[in-house]
Amino acid sequence: MRYLPKSPADREAMCKAIGVKSSDDLFAPIPAEFRLARDLKVPRQMAEVEIMDWFQQRSRENGEGYTVFLGAGAYHHYRPVVIDALVSRGEFLTSYTPYQAEISQGTLQAIFEFQTMICELTGMDVANASMYDGSTAAAEAIMMAVRLTGRNRAVLARSVHPEYREVIGTYATHQGLPLTNVGFGENGRVDMAALEKAITPDTACVLIQSPNFFGTIEDVAALADLAHRHGALLVVSIAEAISLGIVNPPREADIVAMEAQSFGVPLGFGGPYCGVLATREKNIRQMPGRLAGQTVDRKGKRGFVLTLATREQHIRREKATSNICTNQALVALMATIFMTVYGRVGLRELAKQNLAKAAYAVGHFGKEAKVLFSGAPRFHEFVMQTQEDASVINSRLLGHRIVGGLPLKRFYPELGNASLWCCTEMTPRSAVDTACGLLSEFEETAKTSEPRMQEATR
Amino acid sequence: MTMTRKATRHVNQNEGLIFEKSSPGKSAWRLPPLDVPEVDAEKLLGAAVRKDLGQMPEVSEIEIIRHFTRLSTWNYAIDLGMYPLGSCTMKYNPRVNEVVVRMDRLANAHPYQPEKISQGALQILKTLSDCLLEITGMDAITLQPAAGAQGEMTGLLMVRAYHQAQGNARKKVLIPDSAHGTNPATAAMVGYAVENLKSNDRGMVDVAALAAQMNEDVAALMLTNPNTLGVFEQEIHKIADLMHAKGGLLYMDGANMNALVGKARPGDFGVDVMHLNLHKTFSTPHGGGGPGSGPVAVKKGLEPFLPAPVVITKADGTLGFEYNRPQTVGRVRAFYGNFGMFVRALAYIFANGPDGLRQTTEDAVLNANYIRKGLEGAFDLPYQTPSMHEVVFSDKLQLKNGIRTMDLAKRLIDYGFHPYTTAFPLIVPGALMIEPTESESKEELDLFIEAMRAIAKEAEEEPQKVLDAPHSTRVARLDETLAARKPVLRWKPQ
Repeated sequence: MRYLPKSPADREAMCKAIGVKSSDDLFAPIPAEFRLARDLKVPRQMAEVEIMDWFQQRSRENGEGYTVFLGAGAYHHYRPVVIDALVSRGEFLTSYTPYQAEISQGTLQAIFEFQTMICELTGMDVANASMYDGSTAAAEAIMMAVRLTGRNRAVLARSVHPEYREVIGTYATHQGLPLTNVGFGENGRVDMAALEKAITPDTACVLIQSPNFFGTIEDVAALADLAHRHGALLVVSIAEAISLGIVNPPREADIVAMEAQSFGVPLGFGGPYCGVLATREKNIRQMPGRLAGQTVDRKGKRGFVLTLATREQHIRREKATSNICTNQALVALMATIFMTVYGRVGLRELAKQNLAKAAYAVGHFGKEAKVLFSGAPRFHEFVMQTQEDASVINSRLLGHRIVGGLPLKRFYPELGNASLWCCTEMTPRSAVDTACGLLSEFEETAKTSEPRMQEATR
Repeated sequence: MTMTRKATRHVNQNEGLIFEKSSPGKSAWRLPPLDVPEVDAEKLLGAAVRKDLGQMPEVSEIEIIRHFTRLSTWNYAIDLGMYPLGSCTMKYNPRVNEVVVRMDRLANAHPYQPEKISQGALQILKTLSDCLLEITGMDAITLQPAAGAQGEMTGLLMVRAYHQAQGNARKKVLIPDSAHGTNPATAAMVGYAVENLKSNDRGMVDVAALAAQMNEDVAALMLTNPNTLGVFEQEIHKIADLMHAKGGLLYMDGANMNALVGKARPGDFGVDVMHLNLHKTFSTPHGGGGPGSGPVAVKKGLEPFLPAPVVITKADGTLGFEYNRPQTVGRVRAFYGNFGMFVRALAYIFANGPDGLRQTTEDAVLNANYIRKGLEGAFDLPYQTPSMHEVVFSDKLQLKNGIRTMDLAKRLIDYGFHPYTTAFPLIVPGALMIEPTESESKEELDLFIEAMRAIAKEAEEEPQKVLDAPHSTRVARLDETLAARKPVLRWKPQ
């Protein structure tokens, strides 16, 4: 076994030192009836080259050579090569949570830099060292708002990512935390009148997403104003971190719950990603998750430690702010490096390219189908309504090696044949032109003949 | 400092914060020319347009490489040597795992791409699920939870849904006093009251106490097996029977599964629901605190409650996701879980095979017992019960000189090792919890034993040296009280 650093002679010598005949004797505490007397039925031991071949084959079966117009909480951006060069260093990759600060200063300082950059970008005072993903960050933000306000209800905008809302539903079920949903208006933004009605004196917070699930940028200031007028907090979820390069941060919010996947984290079929919570200084003690803080050593030298641990499960057990322990540290490091590479100017230019690509696509697709929610600004996603079912269109596009936008019927049946499309700096103009051309053909055919149901793609 | 056979001093470069290197006009990025018309952001976004990114850094590529490389050299890591954190299973993280996870269509697959072109990823989910079910002896599994603590939450949500389906969700969860802090924190999140269960003088569940505390209000017992003392619960069958007789379920925290893989299966000894930590038992890297992955495996009776979606084989033989699960506890995170960790864990299983997995477990237990033998007499061993994959000593013998477990741990750094887990489990005052894993050679173990015995001697002869440790690190002991009293949680310009 190539990972095990012992010869048979080593094992024999060690058994002798312990006073047992073989290492199997050490398993005597397990009652005999429960000892496995056979081999596990798992694949036989493979050579490295066989492992490479097996996964190479799986990789080939996984959508090689397609142009993808999907976003919806997972975004395709270029990842500068320095990210993998640096996170592959064993000192970052193979270290544990930095509890022993003296030999973990690398991780701790990087977390401190991450916290600082997240604060700069979100307009908040403090940020934690990561949560599992954007969805659980949003759920934890709501629970945090409950603790901060002493109120026990939450209002969720329906324009928040549907899977985020599902996760929040799961977390809230057993916390005595009823949730109310509020719809969106013609322009795709939260319906303010409905929101005003939904907020009660028990509402701890209002959760919105901006840019929201449809790509529409919400009027955060107005939403904050409304929530605050009723004594509720405003939690803003951000699923597309790149938007912060060109869209005003939600400075009026009380808590920001974001997903930092866009900052140099591979799409990776949905994970691991990087959730983050950021908030106002006065709310720190109710914020879950690890925090790195600056301090000094015995000689007065600057150093960093994990701090304010009295919020956490290993100290407070059932009274902790959350049960979170393992977080997404290495992914947060990817994000830190990404933010450092693009920095103050690059992030803005990058975001602007995303804006331009989507604007171009909206202009072109808009000629073939109806683009919804044009009454408010959007970032790089848009909702398109077609005559034919979006799944049918997508399965035709797939034949041309194009993955169309996400069909929305599953989440928003009221939008009819709608789908959510995304363009980033990685979307070539030619791909938009090709997809537009095909869509035009399909829609022409749909106008002249009965829609023919084809195999849905999901 | 004392010369040791493992550690020597080396040059350690100073490095400021990245913000302190920043100056306007430096950059590490370049975008390709835009192939669509430029847009006027102000016109498109109106009042929402952002004008300035504040204190975000402006640095060049070489500075970024040097900055993070220098930072990295301040970390200890498995790649540098033994990292015997008890309960954390800091084993070797194979490099092939890191290569396969970066293969183009695994790294760049969108979670919503059609199933038809996701068969590779689905095959990975399916193969890993099958392997983990065989290893645990359970019937059904979800890979969705992002870490162990989220696995616990998912497991308890399913426990709750199971009882609810019988008409009574019940009120309490029993948790041994030796348990990890996430167990009670999780029970609270799922709306259960936590009832403490005392351990007996052998460090195991007191079966008589359990019998007295078990009743129809108890939903489950959350048991770590082997427990946090590294002791296998020998009366596990009685414990399971006691739980089941009153309609309760047995939850197993699989944090210590590295002691069992290929040797015993929780499903065979009465466990109803359990989580695994792919970042412990299955070699995915800890990465300075994450990401992890916490799959939850259950017996047949709990299958309807699994988080949606689940992977299914469709009529045409292809794989797909099933979303229509009427009794599901819901979703615990977006998409399907930490897929990148699944790829790595599966590569680890392939590299081992059945014989390698068994030998791995045997070596992990052999190593812990070798350390136990080697340190007997030098440190107090509060429980004489046989050890599995980890051993827990206490600082009782050193305390008379005013030296606590954390002091010993800090001194161990000077000898070139990462400390063991300190002050846990809570039932051992001043605990030294040592888990070497299978990844250590006899030579490294001998160096560790030598270092620990040398520190025990120093504690007798030169206690101040131990109290002032570490002496060899870039920073000395840091003022944690100051950090908590006046929190500085971000950099600000002078």
